[in-house]
Amino acid sequence: MSISARTSMPRTVAVHTALILYTLIALFPVFVILINSMKSRKAIFREPLALPGPDTFDLVGFQTVLTQGNFPLYFGNSMIVTVVSLALVLVFGAMAAFALSEYRFRGNFLMGLYLAIGIMIPIRLGTVAILKLMAAAHLTNTLTSLILVYTAQGLPLAIFILSEFMRTVSDDLKNAGRIDGLSEYWIFFTLVLPLVRPAMATVAVFTMIPIWNDLWFPLILAPSESTKTVTLGAQTFIGQYVTNWNAVLASLSLAILPVLVLYMIFSRQLIRGITSGAVK
Amino acid sequence: MSERTPFRWHIAVFLAPAVVIYTLVMIIPLFATLDLSLYSATETGTKFVGLENFRTLFGDAHWAEQFWNAFWNNVWFFLINMAVQNPVGIALAALLSLPRLRFAALYRSAIFVPTILSFVIVGFVWKLILSPIWGIAPSMLAAIGLRHLFEPWLGQETTALTTVALISVWQFIGIPMMLIYAALLSIPEEVIEAAEVDGITGMAQFWKIKLPLILPSIGIISILTFVGNFNAFDLIYVAQGALAGPDFSTDILGTFMYRTFFGFQLQLGDPNMGATIASVMFFIILIGVCLYLFGIQRRLRRYQF
Repeated sequence: MSISARTSMPRTVAVHTALILYTLIALFPVFVILINSMKSRKAIFREPLALPGPDTFDLVGFQTVLTQGNFPLYFGNSMIVTVVSLALVLVFGAMAAFALSEYRFRGNFLMGLYLAIGIMIPIRLGTVAILKLMAAAHLTNTLTSLILVYTAQGLPLAIFILSEFMRTVSDDLKNAGRIDGLSEYWIFFTLVLPLVRPAMATVAVFTMIPIWNDLWFPLILAPSESTKTVTLGAQTFIGQYVTNWNAVLASLSLAILPVLVLYMIFSRQLIRGITSGAVK
Repeated sequence: MSERTPFRWHIAVFLAPAVVIYTLVMIIPLFATLDLSLYSATETGTKFVGLENFRTLFGDAHWAEQFWNAFWNNVWFFLINMAVQNPVGIALAALLSLPRLRFAALYRSAIFVPTILSFVIVGFVWKLILSPIWGIAPSMLAAIGLRHLFEPWLGQETTALTTVALISVWQFIGIPMMLIYAALLSIPEEVIEAAEVDGITGMAQFWKIKLPLILPSIGIISILTFVGNFNAFDLIYVAQGALAGPDFSTDILGTFMYRTFFGFQLQLGDPNMGATIASVMFFIILIGVCLYLFGIQRRLRRYQF
C-alpha cells in the first residue's frame, strides 16, 4: 500500500489547521511585542494589533532604552558569562567524557554516576551555600561567580551526552595514533575532538539557552549594576519604567532579538541534536 | 607488558577540571545547604539545633501555613503542567511526525520559539497581553463576541495560579513536543507496516501501537516536568513579584525559599530557614526522581525494542 493512500484530503486540511492554530498561539505574543515596540504611545493603546504605519511609526521606546538603560553593558556581561561558561563546559566536559568512555579504571562506573547526579538535582537548591562560598572567596558581584556556577550546572548533561558519543569513535583510529607514539592528550585533542564536533554543537545549544536566560543566579550572586546580565538588566529596567509602555516594549524587543537570531542560526542543529537520539 | 601498569596520570588530568568544579560549586554546596538547615542564628553566632528548623517549618502555625500554601500551589502548578503541556505536546508531536507532512520543519521551529525565550520576556509579554489596561485580550475576546468572559486573570486570587501555570505550559511545550517527536521517529517502519497489514491505521494506530512504544519518553518528560516545576521560581517572580501575589496565591516553593532566604519588606532574611526550605525541596525532588527511577522506569523498560 502506498503512503499517499493513507492520507486523505480532509485529514490533511485538519492537520494543517491544528498546526497553524498552535503556531499562531506560539508566535502571537512575540509578534505583538515586536510590532508595538515600534509604534507611538497613542497607537499602542488605540490599535494594539495594527502594524506600525507611516503615522504611527515611532522609535521613542528604543531611544529611552538606549539612553537610560545600560543595555550595551548588560549585553556584554551576558556574552562574557555565556561564552566563557560554554567554553569551559565543552572543554572540561569533553575531557571528562573521554576519560569515562575511553579508559577502564576502578571507580569508572561510580564516577559516571556521581557526575550524573547533577542532571536530576538542580544546582539552585544549593544557593544558600553557594552564596556563602562566593562571599568567602570574595567573588560576589563578579562575573567569575556566575561562570563557575554555570560551568558546574552545565557539566553533568554535557559529560553524559558526550560520553555516549565518544563510545562510537572507532578504536582503530586511536590505536593507530598510539602505535605512532602520540600521547593520550594528543589523541584526544587532535583525533577525537574533531570527530565529536556535531555532538559538541548539540551540547553547546542545550547549555547556552539556560545560561543566557537565567534570572536566579544573577539576581543573587551578581546584582550590582556593573555585573548585570541582559536578563536581570531587562527585569530591573522594566520594573523601573513599568508605566512607560514604549520603553518596556522596546526593552523586551531588544531582549528577544538576539535570542531569536541565534535560534534561527542554530535551530537546525538543535533539532537535529534532539532527534538524533542524544537525549533519548 | 612485563611490568605492572603504572598510575595513568592522563586519566586524572582528563577528569580533574570537571570533577573539581562540579564538586566545589555543586555537590559541596548542596550538602552544605542540607547541613545549614540544622543550625540556627543566635546573637553570638550560629548553633546546632538539629531538626528544630524543620519542626518550626512544619509545626509553627505561621510557617506551616505559608509552607503548605506554597506546597499545594506547587502541586497544582505541576498538575496543570502535566495535564495540559504533556498531552498537547504529544498531540503536536504526533501530528508533526505524520509521513509526508509539508512545512513540518517550519511548524516545529515556530512552536519551539517560546522555549528559548527568557522568563523575563515571557512573564512581561503575558502580563501586557492579559493586562486590563492595554486591552489586547479583552479586544480579541470582543472580536469573537466573548468580551464578557474577560477577567484580570493574573490579578485575581482564584485564577492567578492557573493562569501562571498555563503561561508556563505555553513556554515549555516545545520540550515534550521535541522529545516525543524524536521517539515517534525512532519507531521502526516494520512495526507500523505490520500494524497496517492488520488493518490498524489512523487514530487506532496511534493509541494501540505508537503510544505504548513511546511510554518511556513520556516517563522522561514527566520527570523533567516534575523537577522543573518543583524548582520553578523565575516565571512567578517576574510575573507576580517576590510576594507571589495576589495575597500569596501564586506562591510556590521556589518563591517561598527566595523570600525566606533574602527577606522582604519587614521580614529579615534567614539563611538557615532558607536552607531548611531548600532541603525540603531537595527531598521532594529526590523522592520524585527515585519513584520514577525505581518504580516507573523499570516497568517501562520492557516496551523498548
